Amino acid sequence: MLKIDNLSVRLEEEDKQILKGVTLNVPAGKVHAIMGPNGSGKSTLSYVLAGRDGYEVTGGEATLDGDNILDMDPEERAASGLFLAFQYPVEIPGVGNMTFLRTALNSQRKARGEDEVSAPDFLKLIRAKAKELNIDADMLKRPVNVGFSGGEKKRNEILQMALLEPRMCILDETDSGLDVDAMKLVAEGVNALRDGTRGFLVITHYQRLLDHIKPDVVHIMADGRIVETGGPDLALKVENEGYADILTSAA
Amino acid sequence: MSQDAKRLAAEAQLSALPLPDGEASWARDARARARTRLLEAGAPARRDEYWKYTNPASLTAPLVLAADAADAPGAPEVFAGIAQRAARFVNGQFREDLSDELAMEGVAASSLADALAQDISITREIFGVLEAAGQDKVDRPLASLNTAVAQHGLVLQVTGKATDAIHIRYDSIGDGASLVHHVVRVESGASLTLLESGHATNAVMEIDIAEGGTLHHVRVQTEATEPCVSHIFARLAGEAEFKTFTLSSDGALTRNEVVMAIEGDEATGHIAGAVLAKGESHIDNTVFVTHDAVNCESRQVFKNVLAGSAQAIFQGKIYVKEGAQKTDGYQISQAVLLNDGAEFLAKPELEIYADDVACSHGSTTGALDRTAMFYLQSRGVPKAEAEAMLIAAFADEAIEEIANEALADEIRTEVARWMASRG
Repeated sequence: MLKIDNLSVRLEEEDKQILKGVTLNVPAGKVHAIMGPNGSGKSTLSYVLAGRDGYEVTGGEATLDGDNILDMDPEERAASGLFLAFQYPVEIPGVGNMTFLRTALNSQRKARGEDEVSAPDFLKLIRAKAKELNIDADMLKRPVNVGFSGGEKKRNEILQMALLEPRMCILDETDSGLDVDAMKLVAEGVNALRDGTRGFLVITHYQRLLDHIKPDVVHIMADGRIVETGGPDLALKVENEGYADILTSAA
Repeated sequence: MSQDAKRLAAEAQLSALPLPDGEASWARDARARARTRLLEAGAPARRDEYWKYTNPASLTAPLVLAADAADAPGAPEVFAGIAQRAARFVNGQFREDLSDELAMEGVAASSLADALAQDISITREIFGVLEAAGQDKVDRPLASLNTAVAQHGLVLQVTGKATDAIHIRYDSIGDGASLVHHVVRVESGASLTLLESGHATNAVMEIDIAEGGTLHHVRVQTEATEPCVSHIFARLAGEAEFKTFTLSSDGALTRNEVVMAIEGDEATGHIAGAVLAKGESHIDNTVFVTHDAVNCESRQVFKNVLAGSAQAIFQGKIYVKEGAQKTDGYQISQAVLLNDGAEFLAKPELEIYADDVACSHGSTTGALDRTAMFYLQSRGVPKAEAEAMLIAAFADEAIEEIANEALADEIRTEVARWMASRG
């Protein structure tokens, strides 16, 4: 589904090569995890795939079901089914969460030539989805992420994912800043979306999230490359031995 | 420009305009005093401190008044949803024949011309008086010019709680200048919502609010076709409440001055505005708030959204006199520049002679938050719509100063319209 082929990326501001030929392939219905030490390029990969500016693709390509996503605007990538759950969800004062969610959903539907969801139907839909994630009405009314706790922000990300129903979900350090209970709630939200066709790329520094969201494949990333790929037990190896040993043996 | 040249320019402006006749002697005296103020100050010049950022040249050229207009344009779009009595000015002339009946329970109304022909104490005590008082610290010669010659306007006396808003609507057909001068007296405990749409070349509004009186003023100035200047002179007695909001969008050079004197204890005065400007527009909001009483609150909240090579100016002063203790003065002016060519210049000033006050001011200029833009776009919101959402949120901090939610929504609609038309 998501195919990344020898992707190289430079951070424009610092004139620094961050990704140095990343290749991976997430088939439909599978969960792939990317683990790696800080600074290995994990978050850069997620931003580049979602279309944040400031990055220059210097080589390689990325396709979603055969379509080159790197040529698309961020909103086109979203409409074609790509979703990034942010490591640091953005606070937007003055924009109501509900308005934001409805605009996002209807923009995507419009872009795909589907009918927009009416206000009453949207209300029913969002209330049902919010309930599953323990998100109360107040969080829906407040401005986007403003005054949300770390856990609330991450739950709001998963709520957006559940609402927008993307084909391909990228989760960037969704476990960061979460306590065990909050992480379980978020993981349950993600697992509920595993339907055998949706693809997931779960980026995490620690193995613990992967106890809750079981990956099919684990990649280790270091210095802008995938240095090792294996099954779920690779994550356990990281947990037990740390990155240093793996990186040494991979080198 | 030397003082002589400034005086000559003022004389030229005066002599270009017809003098009123048939007025009561007190009114003739008020006009004469205004002429003297104008000639002593002279026309504004670029070297004047309060004209550093706005070139007054296009406002100081002699004016040619617009001709009479027979027909009148259709209904305005703005404020259509508000229960109102419309006062129509076409080419600067009050058109009673096109206006609604302005008098209602709690409101007495007359034309300025009628009021100046008689000896009514309210008009006599306010006309030219608040304007003159407003020259105390800073010369405002264009307001004196207006007092000296403007023949059209409204005199409103508010004695109770008016149910309908009064909507002063300016339309113009063809070229030519218009000068209007309004006098508003809000009696103790009375209240009125006053709306304005369109623009006059030179407008003055003198507002006197007695104890516990309330005036809410909201105006919309869109696409001025010629340079315009307006002055509001407001005087607040104890526990009075004055709230004014101005939306200015695009068009020729616009200079809005609001001069507010808080003279009674526990009064509240809020001055807010939103500027939406693209192309070559230049929109200047200049505010002067004087605190001369105890326990009063003033707010100045201005939001500027600028594109093209538009310029916006904010000059805001809070002047706290000795003894005006427990003053709570707040001022914020912010701009979002949608591209590189746009410019925002702000000059906040505090001058405080009381020792137990809380006054603050701030000003920021920047582009739209790129991270927020990316977040919205990454959720599928197209760029133009994401910008519109962020701009609406930005402008809303000023729009929220409007007490009436239906009126605030009228302004929100105008902001959305401007964003959509920006292309």
